[in-house]
Amino acid sequence: MKLITAVIRPHRWENVREALEALGVSGMTLTEVSGYGRQKGHTEVYRGAEYDVLLVPKVRIEVVAEEPDVQPIIDAILASAATGKIGDGKIWVSPVESVQRVRTGETGSAAI
Amino acid sequence: MTTYVAAVDPTATAAGDTAWLLASAALVLLMAPGLAIFYGGMVRSKSVLNMMMMVLGALAVVTVVWVLIGYSIAFGDDVVLGLFGDPTQYLGLEGLVVADPEARIPTILFALFQGLFAVITVGLIAGAIADRTKFGTWLVFCAVWTVLVYAPVAHWIFDFSAGDHVGGWMANELGALDFAGGTAVEINSGAAGLAAALVLGRRIGFGREPMKPHNLTLVMLGAGLLWFGWFGFNAGSALGANHLAAVAFVNTLLAGCTGMLAWLAIERVRDGHPTSFGAASGVVSGLVAITPSCGSVTPMGAMAVGVAAGAICALAIGLKYKLGYDDSLDVVGVHLVGGLVGTILIGLLASSDVTAVDGLLYGGGADQLGKQLVAAGATLVFSFTMTAVIVWVLEKTIGFRVHEDHEASGVDLALHAETAYDMNLTAGGRPHLGGHGPS
Repeated sequence: MKLITAVIRPHRWENVREALEALGVSGMTLTEVSGYGRQKGHTEVYRGAEYDVLLVPKVRIEVVAEEPDVQPIIDAILASAATGKIGDGKIWVSPVESVQRVRTGETGSAAI
Repeated sequence: MTTYVAAVDPTATAAGDTAWLLASAALVLLMAPGLAIFYGGMVRSKSVLNMMMMVLGALAVVTVVWVLIGYSIAFGDDVVLGLFGDPTQYLGLEGLVVADPEARIPTILFALFQGLFAVITVGLIAGAIADRTKFGTWLVFCAVWTVLVYAPVAHWIFDFSAGDHVGGWMANELGALDFAGGTAVEINSGAAGLAAALVLGRRIGFGREPMKPHNLTLVMLGAGLLWFGWFGFNAGSALGANHLAAVAFVNTLLAGCTGMLAWLAIERVRDGHPTSFGAASGVVSGLVAITPSCGSVTPMGAMAVGVAAGAICALAIGLKYKLGYDDSLDVVGVHLVGGLVGTILIGLLASSDVTAVDGLLYGGGADQLGKQLVAAGATLVFSFTMTAVIVWVLEKTIGFRVHEDHEASGVDLALHAETAYDMNLTAGGRPHLGGHGPS
């Protein structure tokens, strides 16, 4: 069991969602986040006062999946989120010890 | 004391009429920020400032252009066939500064009142091309469109011949009725919005990504301000503090009410829920349709106009998804369609108790209806064609649409270097005050 976390451009989210749905991914958690990497924010100006705003708005999606599904999901996110320009985001995978569905108490793959 | 003397002197300015027109002009001015708030709430949070800037930008540019040349084209002596007035006659309104002893109301006040109608008309067009246009090009468009489209159409319908003065063809030769701008304001802006939306094309993600209004409470506030301002627009068009102004005032209130109820009824039946967005839209659609007709229908007629507009506009706003044009904020569905409804219904519902003629349903025959159809059709065709050409030329020369990256990330930041809402504790950055920041 793995947790796939992807930080992507907000306006690509609908694309990513469609691509994952086509793979049979039936749910995900989405958080609106901000951060920076190689893409370094922007300048805002208020009555002549300039502000270097370092943080860029992004969307973080989290999907828990079985081992064999991980690479197809990553490939789908890569294909649907990329624009080829700096600021497309990151994907990382981390191990998950256990998953449990709150309503039924089911565990393992039945809970995904 | 001076006021009292003025009132009994028949050659002097009518104080009451002038006072009402001054107040009406201020009310119409309030419609500009009202429209900015109404539209601002409808767009996504990443383009609300740009939307408001488009409307306020129109206010600044159109007012200046109107004073320089627009008023002369609209209300100067006719040059040819009732099509446009002498563009140099009132250049800069210089000739109107000295009081005309014959004038019942100061002509310079009439000129500004009419100029604010041009402002609202141009501001309305912004809604059709929201989220995707360059601000500088928009300002150029405001100036060009005022001169080439608004001013001529205003001449056609609003400029009445009197004495030596020869006015426009619709008002005089044709005899179409348009009290406050069903043609020049509503059909004109709606047809222009359609042309601009078609030439500039759809927003990226139109019909696929959600493009919900980001703040419906702003939309409600904007609708309220518009309604308040509309009393100046419609009742002010009586150009006097008189009985006709009062009838127009009553009709303006009633059509807004029945427009709202009709729109909500359609929503309840079609979608299952009466919505706040529907209520605000219904009010505006009723007000749009009563704009030409408020000076020619009875209160019962006004309620019918509001019902027709509320229902027909509620159905018409779905057309853009069926036909595939991206009229972002439904300028076509509300202003073109509502303007057509109001302008044409005069032919059916005009009452000789209010105006000079009876409509078809009041036993006046089909004559007036025919005139209304000609006026509506001519405005639609002229505005659509001219706007399509203007927008196309601007797009091909200085560029009208923003870069797609800017459209995706949001035009507020890309064009204005601002964000409308800053609600995060960590949203700031390092300030570079450079000696000219706010103190």
